[in-house]
Amino acid sequence: MIDREQVLHVARLARLRLGEGEVERMAGELSGILEHVDRIAALDLEDVAPTSHVVELDNVLRPDEPRPSWPRETILEPAPDPVDGAFRVPSPQAEG
Amino acid sequence: MSELLGLTVAEAAAKVAAGDVTAGECFDAWRDAAAGDELNAYLWRAEESGEVAGGALAGVPVAVKDIFCAEGVPTTAGSRILEGYEPPYTSTAVRRLAEAGASVLGKTNMDEFAMGSSNENSAFGPVLNPWDRGRVPGGSSGGSAAAVAGGLAPCAIGTDTGGSIRQPAALCGIVGLKPTYGAISRYGMIAFASSLDQCGPLTRDVTDAALLLGALQGRDSCDSTSVGIEGGVAAPSREDLSGLRFAVPRELARDAVEPGVREVFEKTLETIERLGGEVGEAPLPHAEHGISAYYVIAPAEASSNLARYDGVRYGMRVDGSRDLVEMYEATRAEGFGVEVKRRIMLGTYALSSGYYDAYYGQAQKVRTKIAEDFAAAFAGFDFVVTPTSPSVAFGLGEKTDDPLAMYMNDFFTVPMSLAGIPAISIPAGLAEPAGGGPRLPVGFQVAAPAFAEQKLLEASYALERAIGFDAKPREGAGG
Repeated sequence: MIDREQVLHVARLARLRLGEGEVERMAGELSGILEHVDRIAALDLEDVAPTSHVVELDNVLRPDEPRPSWPRETILEPAPDPVDGAFRVPSPQAEG
Repeated sequence: MSELLGLTVAEAAAKVAAGDVTAGECFDAWRDAAAGDELNAYLWRAEESGEVAGGALAGVPVAVKDIFCAEGVPTTAGSRILEGYEPPYTSTAVRRLAEAGASVLGKTNMDEFAMGSSNENSAFGPVLNPWDRGRVPGGSSGGSAAAVAGGLAPCAIGTDTGGSIRQPAALCGIVGLKPTYGAISRYGMIAFASSLDQCGPLTRDVTDAALLLGALQGRDSCDSTSVGIEGGVAAPSREDLSGLRFAVPRELARDAVEPGVREVFEKTLETIERLGGEVGEAPLPHAEHGISAYYVIAPAEASSNLARYDGVRYGMRVDGSRDLVEMYEATRAEGFGVEVKRRIMLGTYALSSGYYDAYYGQAQKVRTKIAEDFAAAFAGFDFVVTPTSPSVAFGLGEKTDDPLAMYMNDFFTVPMSLAGIPAISIPAGLAEPAGGGPRLPVGFQVAAPAFAEQKLLEASYALERAIGFDAKPREGAGG
């Protein structure tokens, strides 16, 4: 049901690199799971409203007042590569 | 010291309040017990209790699933990608426990990001079932359940997205409660599927579950979906079930359930009738589609929630990439385990262009139908009851090669999660596994309408006393 190409496409969307063996295995496993899931496709639910959330809540608002945020050092502390008060990452564009 | 370990949470708190023992003595006794962990139940253990507040849980140590952030305490959610992470803040659940006088005894092992039903998906090795170390404790709150059942903690908290408190509680022979969605704040609880995730207690008995729920529940400005339980939670005291009506799903007769589990379930129904309760049947025609709907909705939400693990702000990063996207892909490939990748893939696929309506949209409609089924059942009954799990604890490695077989463990617990209603698992007896062998615990699940926790606890308390489950694991948890 799900082929190699689809697995690679979805992996790209999800920012996951899969090894050769993983691609094959994932294709088989996802197909098996989706085959089961497909049983709900046969249900006639044309006029049923979808449920995204079970708590019926109106927007919860609070006064828009300034308050202190986290100290910068605290938030940078667990980062893999903090530099000059910021998160350093590799360039978005490949070099060369 | 050993008599301290035999006390329930309610008994221990009473002794501390009366001045018979100090909070420090209580903590030390449990710290020493937890240090004997041979089940891999803990990922981190506290050396000291720190300062303890007065309150309903004064002096009680709590084992906390490693999905709850606590300031300065390693928090991994069972994942390599968060190894070494120490959050700068504390989850509301842990904060509220501390405000009631409890202290963190340790962080418990779990399936990675709470994705699993056997605890075999932890990056830090599986937890062993204290009843039989060759078997799984259930999951994803497997460490919490094994710690309580194995005498390594007086009580624990966990999270339940599709059964992750109730199923391990059942497989380990203890009480596990999934409250109504919104009863307890999710702030600081690492997100898996945000519309389903709910914190709850794993305890030796129903009274302790009520005690912990009372401390945990409440509105929290940090989680706009938290509404709390109106009127709070009182210690249950009901001794009969007269006037209460219990519905068995009509479809249960043809569902795949181990013979031993079915036997204990039937016997429990007789106990209900003996206590004056009424047992009947109610149709829940869409419950059988719960697994299909759940394994679209939960992975879809997970694929979005787990996008944050990108090697930039916290957790691990794989260096040496030529550009940013390559760094993301390399970090996530190495940081996530097999099941987490599978669910991210499944969720991303279900949300992708061209498939969204067929999978995610349809699953949300099934969710509506399941909630309607429960509403119809509750029009004529007070509770819906099922076995918590189709089988007793299964062997380590038995289902790891078949994801769908593993997902079927959640067959009876997922519908309540989708409907957002509270459900509890209480130990109802022992049964022989399908393949033979020494008898193992069986859980009995009771579900109630949203926010009817007090009623649920009262009925469970009466049932618990009548069942009189007092079996203990043979092997224990220590050396």
